Amino acid sequence: MRLEPVEAPTLARRLGYPAAALAATVVVAALLAAVAGGNPAAVLGQIVDGAVGTKFARLETLNRATPLIFTGLAVAVAFRAKLWNIGAEAQLYLGAVATVLIGTQSGLPGPLVIPAMAAGAVIAGAAMLLGPTLLKTKLGVDEVVTTLLLNFVVLLFVGYLLEGPMKDPMGMGWPKSPSLPKEARLPRIVEGLRLHWGFGLALICALGVWLVQAKTTLGFEMRAVGLNARAARFAGMPVNAVLAKTALISGGLAALAGFSEVAGLKGNLTADISPGFGYTGIVVAMLALLNPLGVVVSALFVAGIFVGADSMSRSAGVPSYIADILLATALLFMVLALMLSRFRVVRG
Amino acid sequence: MELIDILLSATFWAAVLRIASPLIFATMGELICERAGVLNLGIEGIMVAGAFAGWIAVYAGLPLWAGVGCAFLTGVMFGLIHGTLTVPFGLSQHVVGIGLTLLATSATYFAYRVALPEVSSPPRIEAFQPTGWPILGSQTVLTWAALATVAITAWVLFRTPLGLALRAVGENPAAVEAQGLPVHGLRMGAVAVGSGLMAVGGSFLTLSAFNSFFFDMVNGRGWICIALVVFGAWMPGRALLGALLFAGFDAFQVRLQQTAIGAGLPYQLFLAMPYLLSILALILMSRRAEVPAALMTPYNKGER
Repeated sequence: MRLEPVEAPTLARRLGYPAAALAATVVVAALLAAVAGGNPAAVLGQIVDGAVGTKFARLETLNRATPLIFTGLAVAVAFRAKLWNIGAEAQLYLGAVATVLIGTQSGLPGPLVIPAMAAGAVIAGAAMLLGPTLLKTKLGVDEVVTTLLLNFVVLLFVGYLLEGPMKDPMGMGWPKSPSLPKEARLPRIVEGLRLHWGFGLALICALGVWLVQAKTTLGFEMRAVGLNARAARFAGMPVNAVLAKTALISGGLAALAGFSEVAGLKGNLTADISPGFGYTGIVVAMLALLNPLGVVVSALFVAGIFVGADSMSRSAGVPSYIADILLATALLFMVLALMLSRFRVVRG
Repeated sequence: MELIDILLSATFWAAVLRIASPLIFATMGELICERAGVLNLGIEGIMVAGAFAGWIAVYAGLPLWAGVGCAFLTGVMFGLIHGTLTVPFGLSQHVVGIGLTLLATSATYFAYRVALPEVSSPPRIEAFQPTGWPILGSQTVLTWAALATVAITAWVLFRTPLGLALRAVGENPAAVEAQGLPVHGLRMGAVAVGSGLMAVGGSFLTLSAFNSFFFDMVNGRGWICIALVVFGAWMPGRALLGALLFAGFDAFQVRLQQTAIGAGLPYQLFLAMPYLLSILALILMSRRAEVPAALMTPYNKGER
C-alpha cells in the first residue's frame, strides 16, 4: 500500500476521521467494561457522571485539569519544534522542589513570596530541559532517551530530599516536606469553592503560549524548525538558539504544574505529588493537535476521564486503569485519524 | 581491600549475568527494530506486558517455557500494532512508541486487577531454577537463551540474505524496493520479532529473576536498553558487552552500598546510577555511533 496526499481535504474528511477515532475509543471502553464484568452502558454513564455529574465532581475535574494544562502546554510547545521533551515529569518535580524551598526558606514578605516561588519553579524546570537540549544540539544525543532517564533520576533525588534535607521534622516520620505558610498558598478563585488560582494561571499561560506561537517571530521560528530544521537553518534561522528557547519555555511550563500543585492544592511536597502528569501531558498535547488553546479543552476532557473513572471504579468495581488505557487508545487512534484525514491509502 | 573482594566473589559475577539477561533480550529486540529503520519506544511497556503475560500463563498452570512463549506472542502482538501504525501508515515513531508504552503498561495493570481482584500481594510461581551445570551453574537456562539470542541475532543480521535485506531496509529502503523485496514486510517482521524479544526480556523478571509480578518492576529497563543499543553502535556483540558492563556496575553498586564507603552515601544515589550511567554512555558514544541512515524515516513508495 501507498499513501497519497489529498489535495484540499473536505471538511467532512477533516472532522470525520477524528470523530471516528473518538467513537472507536468509546467502543474500546465498552469492551473493557464488559471484560471486567461490568455493564458497558452503566460503566460509561458512571464515568461521565463521576466527571461532571455534581458540582463537587466538576470542581474536581477542573482541579485535575490544572496540572495537565501546564504539562500539555509544555509538550505542545516542545513537540511543535520537534523537541521531544518526554521529561515533563522531572521538570514538574523540580518546579515543586523550588516552590517549597522558596516558600518555606526565603522569608520574603507576603505579596512577594508567590511570584518568587513561581519564578524559582520556572527557572528550575527550564534548566532541567536545557541540559538535554544542549546535549542534542551540541553532541547529537537523542533527547527522548535522556529526558526519559532523567525522570527516574529526579524522582530518586526528590525521594532523597524528602527523607533527608527537606524532611518535615513535624511529619511523624512520613517522607514529606514542611507545609507552606499561609501567605505562600495560592488563594481560591471563589471563596468556599475548592478551586485555586493555579487554574487561572494555567488559562493565562495557554493564552500566552498561543500569542507567542501566533504573533511573534519566535513562534514562527519554532514552527519552521519543527517542520524542517535543515530548511530553517538554510533560511538563516539560528536553529540551536530556537531549540534552546523552546526548551526554556517548555521546561518552565511543566515546572509550573509542580508549583500549582504544591502552592494551590497540596501545600507541601510528597514523592507522589504527580501520578504521571508529565506523561499524560503528551496525550493532552496530541489530542489538542499541539494547539495551546486546544490543550485547555483536551486537558479538561482527559481530567474528566480520570476523575470519572476513579468514581466509577469505586461503585462499579471496574479497575480505574481503564482511564489510562482509553487515553492511550485515543492517542493512537487520533494520530492515525489525523494522517488519514490528509492522506489517501492507495493499493500498490 | 573490600572493593577487590567484591570483584573476585563468585556471587558478584552470578549477579552480573542475572541483571544483564533481561537487558540482553530487550536490547537485541530493540537493535533488530532499529536496524530495520524503526525506533521502538514501546519497549518499556512491552517489557511490562511480557513480564505479566509470562507470569500469568505459568500461574494458570502452563509450563515455564509456554510462559516464555506467551510473553513472546504478547510482544509480537504489540509489535504488530506499532508496526502497522509506523510502517505502512508512517506515523511518528516517537508518538506511537510512547503511546504504545502507555497502552501496554495500563492494559497490563488493568488485566492484573481483572484477573486477581482480591489479592493484596501477588501470588508466587515456581520459577526457573539454576541449572547447576559445571559452567555458570548458578544461572537459569533463560540466561543461556539470552546469550544464544545475541549469537543468533548477529548470525542472522550479518551472515544471511535475510539479515542483509533487514540492514538494507534500515539504510536505504528505496534500494531494497528496487531489488523487488517488500520494504514494509521486512520492517513489520523486524518490529514484530524485536517486540517479542523485548517481552521475553520482561518475562525473565517474573520467570527467572523473581517469581512474581509487581507493578513498576520493569522500572525504566526498557529506556536503558535503548541507550545500550546506541552504546553498542547497533552491533549485537558490542551491545552485549554494554549490557554486561552495565550489569557489572549495577551489581557492584549494590555491594558497595553494604561497605563502609557506601553506608555514608544516600541510597538513592546508588539507585540513580544505572540511569546516569546510561546517559553518560550516550554522551560518550554520541560522536562515534553510526546510526542506520533510514532510522525514523518512514518509507512511502514513489516518494523522494
